Amino acid sequence: MTLTASPDITTAPAAVELDGVIKRFGAVTAVDGVSLTIRPGEVVALLGPNGAGKTTTVDMLLGLAQPNEGSVRVYGRAPHEAVQLGLVSAVMQTGALLKDYTVEETVRLTAVLFGRSRADAEAALRRAGLTEVAGRLVGKCSGGQQQRLRFAMALLPDPELLILDEPTTGMDVGGRHEFWSAIREDTNRGRTVIFATHYLEEADAYADRVVFVRRGRIVADGTAAEVKAMASGRTVRATLPGAIEADLTAIAGVDRAEVRGETVLLHGNDSDEIARYLLTRTAARDLEITSRNLEDAFLALTADEETK
Amino acid sequence: MTVMTRTLPRFGGFSLGMIKLELRRMLRNKRTVIFTLVFPAVFFLLFGTSADYKTERVGGGNLTGYVLISMAVYGAMLSTTSGGAMVAVERAAGWSRQLRLTPLRPYAYIATKIVIAMIIGAVSVVVAFAVGAASGAQLPASAWILCGLLAWVCALVFAAFGLFMGYLLPSENVMQILGPVLAVLSFAGGLFVPVDQLGSTFATIAEFTPVYGVGELARYPLTHDGNLWLAALNVIVWTALFAAGAMWRFRRDTARV
Repeated sequence: MTLTASPDITTAPAAVELDGVIKRFGAVTAVDGVSLTIRPGEVVALLGPNGAGKTTTVDMLLGLAQPNEGSVRVYGRAPHEAVQLGLVSAVMQTGALLKDYTVEETVRLTAVLFGRSRADAEAALRRAGLTEVAGRLVGKCSGGQQQRLRFAMALLPDPELLILDEPTTGMDVGGRHEFWSAIREDTNRGRTVIFATHYLEEADAYADRVVFVRRGRIVADGTAAEVKAMASGRTVRATLPGAIEADLTAIAGVDRAEVRGETVLLHGNDSDEIARYLLTRTAARDLEITSRNLEDAFLALTADEETK
Repeated sequence: MTVMTRTLPRFGGFSLGMIKLELRRMLRNKRTVIFTLVFPAVFFLLFGTSADYKTERVGGGNLTGYVLISMAVYGAMLSTTSGGAMVAVERAAGWSRQLRLTPLRPYAYIATKIVIAMIIGAVSVVVAFAVGAASGAQLPASAWILCGLLAWVCALVFAAFGLFMGYLLPSENVMQILGPVLAVLSFAGGLFVPVDQLGSTFATIAEFTPVYGVGELARYPLTHDGNLWLAALNVIVWTALFAAGAMWRFRRDTARV
């Protein structure tokens, strides 16, 4: 059986085309009307807290789950077709391995299944940094080594699109670093990459584009820099009776100010400058400085969503 | 490789390379090797090689040879069942899900499992016969070949049984459940003790159990005794039943998304 794409290059398909996708599990709506187009060559982070619908979205991209509504196309094809042709491959969060295979056998089996040569298998081992542990039983490999093995397997079909679902969960800092070095080396070759993560730093460091997901919806979609701006900065909280929002906003370094009764919340990048001003020029007391984390960014984003 | 030129592997991904790797993995598992190769040979040596057995004639051979055939059938059964039941382990480990991210079609996966089950079954029969030939089993030359072939081919029924159970029982240790089940079935089917020694009611029931047909058929080239058609019918019906069961569970398994 041969499946070949339409020869019409002028209408080259998007790498991923999600259109109004809804996926329900019983009463729970895991993905709630997601539309998203990803062009070939983009490196996209699917960022969101646990339970946001990232894994369900990934499963649908791989044909492991079917949407209840909407359509999913990968390089213009149904996902299961794209998977069979090796156009898309994945490193899954819980991608299982067989413990009684060696690392090399696992990769060779994958090569056999995709109709690739032994040399391809060896190349994949090398690129995933597994050559030294090739003869080791999978059951005796560390979590990081197993994850790199999944990566080697995902490389074998030489996919146009590589999907990584929470690829570094459970890895220590060293393992995480090694894993991302391997990925980075690979993405320089122009592959399309989608990775799901709840680590902002990973999205920031490796993605050209960040798609925020929360409760099954896309709440923001922008460049990594935009995301960083959204999630960076600090909040200075103080007790300051009788403060007026407009005056606070005028303070140097303050991007945004809120007054909640006697409490004021000042957001900005230079928290030292804001704090100094509050302490020297106003009657503010009980100062508290906190970083804005991802959760705050999410909260801010969903607040925007609700007021629209 | 570009988007345009990709093709699917032939035969849904069924390949010699996969069979080789899977066999290597299976033989690495000591429990499997003991179960399928050592057990039947040891049973034969324990129960079939007394001096009386060696001198008592059956057909063109001796009683030791008769017991050997039964043990070869038992070994082939254990082998093909554990071959089929591999799917339980792989499902429990989530490997089946991983395979869904490859071009391997489900039917090619099943075919691979059956081929592997039958290969280990063949090895098991050969090992048992080699041990038997070295320990005083006597069979006519034609019976060595025909009995061995029949023991092996008929064990297909248990490859289907293993697959069915492999899809039914989501357990890593499925053979720990199936081992005793097979022992009971072997008793019931007259593999360890001839059914006519069990009383007439039991002998009648025995004819409907799945091991009975395989045993009768495999011993036929030696004994030329018993109802060949009934035995063949037994094998065919049980193979069909187990295969249908395996297909039913398999469809449910692959349909789940």
